[in-house]
Amino acid sequence: MIAFEELLDRFVGLDRRELTRWVENRWVLPERRDQTWIFHEIDVARVELILEVRREFTIDDEVLSLVLGLLDQVYDLRRQLRRLCDALAAQPPEIQAAVRRALPRQRN
Amino acid sequence: MAQTPYEVLGVKPDASADEIRKVYRKLAKQYHPDLNPGKPEAEERFKAVSAAYDLLSDPDKRARYDRGEIDESGAERPPRSYYRGYAEGAEGRKYQPEGEMDLGDLEDLFAAFGSAGRGWRGRGGEGFKARGGDRLFTLTVDFVEAATGAKKRVSLAPEQWLDVTIPPGINDGQVLRLRGKGGPGLGGGPAGDALIEVHVAPHPLFRRDGDNIQIELPVSLAEAVLGARVTVPTVTGPVTMTIPKGSDTGAQLRLRGKGIQRKKGPGDQYVTLKVVVGPSGDPELAAFLEKWAPRHPFDPRQGMP
Repeated sequence: MIAFEELLDRFVGLDRRELTRWVENRWVLPERRDQTWIFHEIDVARVELILEVRREFTIDDEVLSLVLGLLDQVYDLRRQLRRLCDALAAQPPEIQAAVRRALPRQRN
Repeated sequence: MAQTPYEVLGVKPDASADEIRKVYRKLAKQYHPDLNPGKPEAEERFKAVSAAYDLLSDPDKRARYDRGEIDESGAERPPRSYYRGYAEGAEGRKYQPEGEMDLGDLEDLFAAFGSAGRGWRGRGGEGFKARGGDRLFTLTVDFVEAATGAKKRVSLAPEQWLDVTIPPGINDGQVLRLRGKGGPGLGGGPAGDALIEVHVAPHPLFRRDGDNIQIELPVSLAEAVLGARVTVPTVTGPVTMTIPKGSDTGAQLRLRGKGIQRKKGPGDQYVTLKVVVGPSGDPELAAFLEKWAPRHPFDPRQGMP
């Protein structure tokens, strides 16, 4: 958990105006606390992701917004899939085996 | 800027073991310290080349370096925290798009994919194998344990323990990898690794300086002037040390082999003396000093402006 100023120091090439805009665009959702923003670990990792995407692919805000939207959907699906897998893993072996048999084989 | 071992040797990352050996032999001859007397830069280069060859000539270490598990010096590298590591956990719900489905109950899931009421199909599925996930643990050891090495237990789950050998000289934040002690594999796949991030707690007396240990030792005026034998704590237990006659505050004495207990050769402990007069001062000493006219007076602040 780190504050706005510390986060600016952590990454080279991250400037104040840009990070502020990301928060205003709701691309990053830090916690508002006493006149400043507190970034949790997930927010820091997300800032690093955005920085890297911007650096590796020269894309404008509109495209970045689209990319983040799609990423959030993918991760949402993966999170739900994981819950389903956890629920399956907690089932007795015979139920797991039945599910495995029922999964249609994927062919390339 | 750190160089990769490939850059140090000047070979491509896909160079064969043979090629690496040839380049190493050539560079080692070129920079050998005995063949370059009086050229410290050659010795530096020789050390770098040897270290790079040490890593690249071992197929196991080379593979681990290529996978990013260890750095140029062969030390374990902590895994970077990627966004996905958080996004798939519960905290990722913060960035959940609005109006997305939730697996509250199976009906929602079936409805989302239109698969309700199809019944059992009874097709033969194929077993699959997957390597288990790596698990990251943190462990705090005290200063002495880090200096001498120790055996510690990490709790994986209630009633489940993992024995960890802490090598002497471990650094704060260093990561140990225990093969096969991570999450179980699926369908007969191999287990993942346990990664143990070790933290070293600071010590009230000892301070680490590479493989050496520094300690400040208070001594009385009499011990400093007349010399004495005193007991000094070390990481391997208390030892007796001789304070030479006429020692001053700031004098440094060395206890050989009492530093970090590396197997290949332990470091030393440096004891810095600090003369302490005592809380209230001794009236007899004060009386003596008042009468005392030194035959060789000196000014301790000589040379100060």
